[in-house]
Amino acid sequence: MKKAPTVITGTVGMDAHVIGTKVLSRAFKDAGFNVVPLGMQVSPEEFIRVAQETDASAILMTSLYGMAELDLKGFKEKMMEAGLGDVILYIGGILGIGRHDFKEDEAKFKKLGFDRVYPPEADLNAAIADLWADLKKKKKA
Amino acid sequence: MDNIRLLIDFGSTFTKVVAVDLDRDEIVAIARVPSTVDTDITIGLEQAFKEIGSSVKITETNRRKALACSSAAGGLRMVCVGFVPELTSEAATRAALGAGAKIVGRFSYELSRQEVEEIESISPDILLLAGGTDGGNEKVIVHNAKMLAGSDHAVKNFVVAGNKSAQDEIKIALRDFDDRVYFTRNVMPEIGVFDAEPCNKKIRDIFINHIIQAKGIAKAKAMIDDVIMPTPSAGLEAAKLIANGCEGASGFGELLVVDVGGATTNVYSIASGKPSGGAVVLDHLPEPFVKRTVEGDIGLKYNIATLEELCRARERPQNFDRTIKNLYGGKLPVGEEEIICHDLLSRVAVDTAVTRHVGRLEVVYGPSGQVLVQHGKDLTQVKTLIGTGGGIVFSANQGYVLQGALSQAGNDAILKPKAPKLLLDDCYILFAVGLLSQVEPVRALSLIKKQLKLIQ
Repeated sequence: MKKAPTVITGTVGMDAHVIGTKVLSRAFKDAGFNVVPLGMQVSPEEFIRVAQETDASAILMTSLYGMAELDLKGFKEKMMEAGLGDVILYIGGILGIGRHDFKEDEAKFKKLGFDRVYPPEADLNAAIADLWADLKKKKKA
Repeated sequence: MDNIRLLIDFGSTFTKVVAVDLDRDEIVAIARVPSTVDTDITIGLEQAFKEIGSSVKITETNRRKALACSSAAGGLRMVCVGFVPELTSEAATRAALGAGAKIVGRFSYELSRQEVEEIESISPDILLLAGGTDGGNEKVIVHNAKMLAGSDHAVKNFVVAGNKSAQDEIKIALRDFDDRVYFTRNVMPEIGVFDAEPCNKKIRDIFINHIIQAKGIAKAKAMIDDVIMPTPSAGLEAAKLIANGCEGASGFGELLVVDVGGATTNVYSIASGKPSGGAVVLDHLPEPFVKRTVEGDIGLKYNIATLEELCRARERPQNFDRTIKNLYGGKLPVGEEEIICHDLLSRVAVDTAVTRHVGRLEVVYGPSGQVLVQHGKDLTQVKTLIGTGGGIVFSANQGYVLQGALSQAGNDAILKPKAPKLLLDDCYILFAVGLLSQVEPVRALSLIKKQLKLIQ
C-alpha cells in the first residue's frame, strides 16, 4: 500500500482569514491525505521549507485579502530552485482587488506557476477529485 | 559534620570542588586548583580534596559519594546535521545545546564530499543526524548517512534523530559503525513540534558511558563514583530547579541566567516566551521552555577582541583603547580606569549574549496596517535575572554589568526582560547546585536560595 500523499495548507502572506484553510484541511484529511496545516499568515519561504522537510506532494494555499499576487511573485521559481519543481500548487480565494472576472485571476496565477486556481466558492469535493487526478498523472498516487 | 557532599567541576583550566553541609544547606569550603586532565585527572582532584580537607574533615564515604560534571578536554563536542536550516538543523542544534554540548559544526541539506572531509577534520564526539519529519523526506537523511558511512572513523558516535521511516536504511548505511550508532526519537516529528527530551537523554548516556572514558576523565572513577553530566548541563539543571522548584519547595518562576566565562558566554532561559502583548503573530518553530544558547565569540579572557570590537559602536570611557590592553589574557583590573573598562566589557558581553538569546519583534506591513511578527522568546515579563561567571563576579559594579541584560527604552523590538529582580551567584556554585539537584533537590534549592545575593 502506498503511503498517503502529504499536502500543506495555509493562508499566504499577511492574510489572516483562517476559516477557509481550516475547512480545507479537514476535508482533505477526511479524504485520506496527510495534511500539514500551517494555519494563517504563512510566508512563501515557509511553505517551501516545510515542503522540503515533509516531502509534500502538493501545496494548497488560500487567500482572501486580495494581495496574493504580490505575495507570490517569483514563488514557482523559488520552488524550482529549492528542488520542489514537481510539487503541485493550488490556490483559491479572493485573489484580486475590486470587481473583476475570475478568468483574469485564473490566467494570472497559472502564469505564476499554479496548477489549479479556484474562485471563493469552489466545491471542495471537486478540488479533492482534481488533486487525486493530478497526482495520478504524476504517478504520485 | 558527617553529612558533607562534594561537588566537582572538571574544567579545562581548573578543577573546582564545592563542599556542602547537607544538614545546614551551607557551603563549607570551595577549592580551585589547576586542571590535570592532560596528565592524570586524579592528581588535581586529590589536590583539591586536600585543600577542602584543610577547612573541613572529609571521609572516604564523602569522597566516594561526590558528584562531578566536566567540560574538560574540549567539552562535549558535537556536529549537527539536518535538512532545512530553519527546521531540522535548528531543532538538532537546540537539542544538542540543551544537552550541554559545544557545537563545533552545523550542516544542512545533502552533504557534499568536502563537507564530510570537514566533519572528519573536526572529529566530533557525537554527530547528531536529523532530517525529515516522521513520514516526510527520507532522501536527504539517507544520503547524509551514506556519505558519512564513507568517512574514515573520525566521528566517534552517531545519534540519529530524524525521520523514523528512514531508520532502517540508515541502519544499513552505517552498519560498519554498528556499536556507535544510537537511534532516538525524531527531534522534529512534525512541523511545529520540537521533541528534544529523548535525544537529550541519549546524548547524556553516551557522555557518561563513552565520552568521559575517551577523554581520560573516567580515571576520576578511581576516587569518586561517577561523572554524571557536561558542565553546561549542570548549569541548566540548576536554572530549572531555581525556576520550577521541586516537591515541597517552590521556585522563583520564570527566569533568565547569564554566565559570562573566559571563552564563552552561556544564557539559559526557563520561560515560555509567549507574546506579552496582543496582536502578535508567532513563528512556526516553537521555542523550548528550557532554552540554552552559547556565544562562542564572547568571553572576557580568550574573546576579549570581540568585546573590544563591539565597544567601538558605543560611548567609551577616556583612554579605553589603551586601558583595554592591560586586560588582555583575562587579567583582573587594577585602578579606576581599568575597572571602568572591565565593567564596560562585561556589560557588553551580557548585553550581546542576552540580545542574541531573546526574541525580537519584526514589523510587517499588511493591508490593515502594521502587524508584529515575533521571532524567538518574549522574555520581557521575566521576573528574575541571575548573573554568574567570572566576567560578572569579578566586576566592580555588578549591578551595572547585569543591567546590560535589560530591555532598553526605545528598543522594544528586542524582547529582553523589563524589570526583573537582579541576583548574583558570586561564589560561582551554579554547577554544584545543578549536580546536587539530581540527588537532593530540596537541599540544592535551599542552598542556592541562601547563596544568591540581591543587587539593588
